[in-house]
Amino acid sequence: MAGKQDFEAYWKENLTYVVILLAIWFSVSYLCGIVFADALDHIRLFGFPLGFWFANQGSEVIFVILIAVYVKLMNALDIKYDVHEQ
Amino acid sequence: MGILAWTWVIVGVTFSLYIGIAIWSRAKTTGDFYVAAKQIHPVMNGMATGADWMSAASFISMAGLISFMGRDGSMYLMGWTGGYVLLAMLLAPYLRKYGKYTVPMFVGERYYSQSARVVAVLCAIFVSFTYVAGQMRGVGVVFSRFLEVPINTGVIIGMAIVFFYAVLGGMKGITYTQVAQYCVLITAYLIPAIFISIMLTGNPIPQFGYGGSLSENGMRLLGTDAGYLLDKLNQVQMDLGFSAYTSGGAKSTIDVFMITFALMVGTAGLPHIIIRFFTTPTIKGARASAGWALLFIAILYTTAPAVASFARLNMIKTLHNTSYAEAPSWFKNWEKTGLIAWKDKNGDGAMQYAKGTAFKGKVAFAANEVGPYGEKVVSTPIDESNANELYVDNDIMVLANPEIAKLPAWVIALVAAGGLAAALSTAAGLLLVIASAFSHDLIKNVVAPNISEKGELIAARVAAGGAVIVAGIFGIYPPGFVAQVVAFAFGLAASSFFPVIILGVFWKRASKEGAMLGMICGILFTAAYIIYFKFVNPSANKADNWLWGISPEGIGTIGMVINFVVTIVVSKMTKEPPMEVQKMVASLRYPRQIS
Repeated sequence: MAGKQDFEAYWKENLTYVVILLAIWFSVSYLCGIVFADALDHIRLFGFPLGFWFANQGSEVIFVILIAVYVKLMNALDIKYDVHEQ
Repeated sequence: MGILAWTWVIVGVTFSLYIGIAIWSRAKTTGDFYVAAKQIHPVMNGMATGADWMSAASFISMAGLISFMGRDGSMYLMGWTGGYVLLAMLLAPYLRKYGKYTVPMFVGERYYSQSARVVAVLCAIFVSFTYVAGQMRGVGVVFSRFLEVPINTGVIIGMAIVFFYAVLGGMKGITYTQVAQYCVLITAYLIPAIFISIMLTGNPIPQFGYGGSLSENGMRLLGTDAGYLLDKLNQVQMDLGFSAYTSGGAKSTIDVFMITFALMVGTAGLPHIIIRFFTTPTIKGARASAGWALLFIAILYTTAPAVASFARLNMIKTLHNTSYAEAPSWFKNWEKTGLIAWKDKNGDGAMQYAKGTAFKGKVAFAANEVGPYGEKVVSTPIDESNANELYVDNDIMVLANPEIAKLPAWVIALVAAGGLAAALSTAAGLLLVIASAFSHDLIKNVVAPNISEKGELIAARVAAGGAVIVAGIFGIYPPGFVAQVVAFAFGLAASSFFPVIILGVFWKRASKEGAMLGMICGILFTAAYIIYFKFVNPSANKADNWLWGISPEGIGTIGMVINFVVTIVVSKMTKEPPMEVQKMVASLRYPRQIS
């Protein structure tokens, strides 16, 4: 059985992951897709103006990747702190 | 075989499939009924959540909506997907660890208060009913367009099907049916999109195709020279006086920002979505199934903007300045259904498309009257303030796709089945929330706490049956405010459930007084703002009068902030929650059961 100290460290690491991943979540959608979209539109990627692409497709694709990364990180973290389900 | 025969066959086959699944997976216990005995594999749960989430509106209307809005339309794409990131990281694993059946139940236990639970029940029921009414109507509309039966008959057929598998199968039946429905709807959405992409760009993947250049065939069909499809679209739009397709236009940046945020947070606060994550066997599974759900949703949501661009360019290029006599056949087919209409304002026999509305108000046809070119005559008054002669309904951008791509009749039938699958799967998920709110949160918890397991299961079935009937009545006699109220549902979910659940998990100190006042302030502010601009004083509903330029659709974001602030401040001033509640919150954070 793990001690109390470990639980707190587990929770802190979890929160760190979430903060970092949500910062990316916010940047791709609200910054790249909305606020700075006009500026990014000057760059073209595979025929798409970049800001438009972030708004239209890029954000959605990155959202899926973010969840996948979160799932991987958390599964590893659960095992590291020995709090995974048996 | 004709289109109608094909449609009956495909709809008949898919409906039998749904009924067969329901019989095979019927619920035997309340655990089966509410959360499918927590035995659903994450991939299956992801598919079911995807079908649950994507309604008739996502399937039929969204691409059209985006095609008229250009980049501004992205707020729906981002808003209705971004919420899953919040769900996966902030809600799903913790609520799964909590391990009970309903969202109001969590609110009641976490905030050690029956009244909080009752407030949550009322919100859940209100949000779900407004949604479900639209779905039932959607079923009726699809039936009437594709199968030529009256809308009301369509609603009743839809009711009978949902009644059967929701009442019999509960969450278990619904989940497995939704898996089948997802497969039907995604196939129906992708096939026409793929063929249109090949037709215009030569690329079989629509997601890449619309960024690419037009193919030889595409140039010939659209009568343009070579270049990027999006550049052509921007050019055509600007020639006709619209803003460029790939840059926003109609809405201010702050409004797009706020609406996107309200949709995301609203998604994460909708009870019929949250409840899906109660059905996986493990916490690991709950996290994963949010990812699977978003992947399955994103397949449709990244295709939709491609469909929007193809359809927009195709529509303008093949209709604008074309004489009615030479109009493509899909135009005349859909004219019959009233989704598209033309009035020759300048008397040149050709159709002109431009900025502005062709008619004043809802378009209606004069019975059986035809104009000089054989077009159907519109009885609605003409809007003479602009040169636009065409009325084009959003829905046509998806519905007419198979014909635009010259696909065989069975594809058109498949699209009909896809639309029905989208509407039925969403309706069923919502009905379950309503049923469990009644039988578990009200009857078991408040009215008859000693009810037996068997009795509760009967109550849940009766509640589901009752909810189907009420939803059907809403579908047959749609209250005029349904469309308005759907925006309301997101705002309410954003300003009520979301902050309270987040703080409930992440902040042990959040107290019942804080949560109650937070929910009440958040909801009251949001509701008052929406009611004022939508119902009390609709003529004032423009940017100049809005708070910081935020439209009623986006105001839920501010309501959410208010809820957070009030809950935190009041919690700081009141007594901290009892020890056992704090212990429960602590235990939510660790997947393993900790004694």
